[in-house]
Amino acid sequence: MFEAVLLTVITAATPLLIAAIGELVVERSGVLNLGVEGMMIMGAVIGFAIANQTGSGTLGVVAAIVAGMAMSALFGFLVLVLVTNQVATGLALTILGIGLSGMIGEAYIGVPGLDLPQLYIPGLSEIPFIGPVFFQQDAIVYMSFALVAIVAYGLFRTRVGLVLRAVGDNHGSAHALGYSVIKIRFAAVLFGGACAGLAGAYMSLAYTPQWVENMTAGRGWIALALVVFSSWLPLRVVVGAYLFGAVSVLNLHAQAVELDIPSQLLSSLPYLATILVLVLISANRRLTLVNTPACLGKPFVPDR
Amino acid sequence: MVQQDRSGKDTLLDARGLTKRFGDILANDRVDLIINKGEIHALLGENGAGKSTLVKMFYGSLEPDAGEIHWDGAKVNIGNPAAARELGIGMVFQHFSLFEALNVVENIALALPNPGNMTDLANRIETVSRDYGLPLNPTDIVADLPVGIRQRIEIVRCLLQEPRLIIMDEPTSVLTPQEADQLFLTLQRLAQEGCAVLYISHRLEEVQRICHHATILRHGQVVRECDPTKETPASLASMMVGADVASVSASEQKPEIGEIRLGLKNLSAKAATPFATALNNISMDLRAGEVVAVAGVAGNGQGELFDAISGEMRVSPEMVQIDGIPSGTRNITWRRRQGAAFVPEERLGHGAVPGMKLSQNIVLTRHSTGDKLVGAGFVSDAQAGLMEQRIKQTFDVRMSHDDPEARSLSGGNLQKFVVGRELDRKPGVLVVNQPTWGVDAGAAALIRQALIDLARSGSAVLVISQDLDEIFEIADRIAVISRGYLSVAEPAADMTRERVGLLMAGGAETQGEVA
Repeated sequence: MFEAVLLTVITAATPLLIAAIGELVVERSGVLNLGVEGMMIMGAVIGFAIANQTGSGTLGVVAAIVAGMAMSALFGFLVLVLVTNQVATGLALTILGIGLSGMIGEAYIGVPGLDLPQLYIPGLSEIPFIGPVFFQQDAIVYMSFALVAIVAYGLFRTRVGLVLRAVGDNHGSAHALGYSVIKIRFAAVLFGGACAGLAGAYMSLAYTPQWVENMTAGRGWIALALVVFSSWLPLRVVVGAYLFGAVSVLNLHAQAVELDIPSQLLSSLPYLATILVLVLISANRRLTLVNTPACLGKPFVPDR
Repeated sequence: MVQQDRSGKDTLLDARGLTKRFGDILANDRVDLIINKGEIHALLGENGAGKSTLVKMFYGSLEPDAGEIHWDGAKVNIGNPAAARELGIGMVFQHFSLFEALNVVENIALALPNPGNMTDLANRIETVSRDYGLPLNPTDIVADLPVGIRQRIEIVRCLLQEPRLIIMDEPTSVLTPQEADQLFLTLQRLAQEGCAVLYISHRLEEVQRICHHATILRHGQVVRECDPTKETPASLASMMVGADVASVSASEQKPEIGEIRLGLKNLSAKAATPFATALNNISMDLRAGEVVAVAGVAGNGQGELFDAISGEMRVSPEMVQIDGIPSGTRNITWRRRQGAAFVPEERLGHGAVPGMKLSQNIVLTRHSTGDKLVGAGFVSDAQAGLMEQRIKQTFDVRMSHDDPEARSLSGGNLQKFVVGRELDRKPGVLVVNQPTWGVDAGAAALIRQALIDLARSGSAVLVISQDLDEIFEIADRIAVISRGYLSVAEPAADMTRERVGLLMAGGAETQGEVA
């Protein structure tokens, strides 16, 4: 029973983790992309459609990543090149993604989906308890682990990460030292888009292998909250994502054991938890202020 | 001082006919400049004379529209800062180009093409910084460091690039006199080692003291070259401005000291953010007729002190008293009605709304101080326009057309406007933070004289400034703020720069704790 619960926690947490780690990189570069939900839902619908057309889950995942990147490229062009307002543009991207995905996905409603195969890691998957939970998963779950490791190492141990953090901390100085703020930010935005697309693919190909309109159901927003929750530190994103995964799974299991709590209240738990955690985090101002990328959301226009 | 050979055999950088245009403004007009090896070369000029534009072209952050740069005898094209660093040109910026959330090693690594292993770099930083008398701890986070140390990071960062030319933009504006002396020693040592220094400063005394040669820019053109050791600060200033600069003097007219107009009683306030400074038990009486100056290195609580007096930050009632009335919890408008006036440090965005016309900006601070600007809830544009004209004429605010938006004024002109707007009221208490920050010599003299004249007419004037020359020019009494503690205000005649420097470096703190 406990093993089964843990397994569902992982599946619930994975899309949050992937989308949040991508957005963390974007925000570390100083860009606030509120379009995570829109990029995610586009990843979900395109991933499902391509997997359905070609019969290949892998192609579906690749297509979802490309779709997320295409959405983020649009965002990047608008906010970095045309210097539009980041908040408004991000919101517009989410609205666009939800609308567009509904249109594209109309033909796929009720179509049976393609489930990604579970990959059993030889040896490790036979360890009692740990094996089934962590090493009998699909490829995207393994990718989420790898992503966290790469981002955590990359941000704090490599020159690329140093430059990225520098750009997010003070774009004026980074420009004065000769770094191309816009190119670096564009790359970060594309990475965020790819992650959101992948998270979307996980929703429609692994979490619930079907297409339902608006199926991401606010997970993009939770991912955004997770970035703040983590105070922009990758390892804390893991904690946050699994915590939220657990809360949302709790809802399902509580209904199964017929607890005397209205199901609507239980379904709103992850969102209530989001608000609660954000309040708690903002209570500690020093922690938040010191880790917040100082240029987050500020437009940059080089003076050349 | 070594006599420089300007015949050409020691030439390191030779700029010919550099021209840069921004829209309608010719920022640099056919500028020629020669810098020799081992020379400390001063670049002088008023605000907007084109100094920053010129050095940005040397450092590759701006591209010239016309003209050539020769480096070591060969024509070069400096396309970006990395190319400049490759040639051996380093720059210490006026507004630091440091990353506050990163530590010292990371900040330095960002400016080096091949920083290598971080541990090795940290060791190199320790060795080089100690060697030049500018010790640094490589693992400190910049946000936690005072400005003096931050500048060290910039300089050490330059040194590690093994530069042949270091460009310094207003390096001493954030230093205590002692820190500045240490900097001069470092510069002189670098010059002896053959490194050239291009030195931008508004402080003519120090230019005279350490520079071998000076080039003076006015309106984007080179107007003079000279040997600063053979000039006086006054002659240098008149070359920059193109006319004689009126000298300001407080001592000529003896102040008649009257009633206490502004009283601070045990003023304390907690730091509002991790980067703010707490105020600790500050007490001071300002009397009618006098100018009291608060000296201190930036970030020691000047902003918080100003906010507490102006009402942007509320404190207990008795902590701030205007004409004897407890005012600590009152808002800004109430305090203005009591006869107080305030000029904050940041003129664009704080002192004036950038997108509003000057007349509208007048309404913002003067609406309830008895100027008939507002009647029955309506703003009188006519009255605001009249006041705008009056301030413009009295304070010589120059503008391209009538009643422009605040953002279209140059820094110096806007400063004259925001100070003039409050002086025009003849306030009983005036608090000014950095009255002449970034203002050229002519405008600064005008503002300083107006502050003294206001005090002599029976008002109390509090000037918060980081410019010691200014403080000694206008203050009757001087107090020093350090880490949120204020030293006792002593008569300016009894103060010396050395004593002010010691108080800045923490003496004010010890005094405050005892008191």
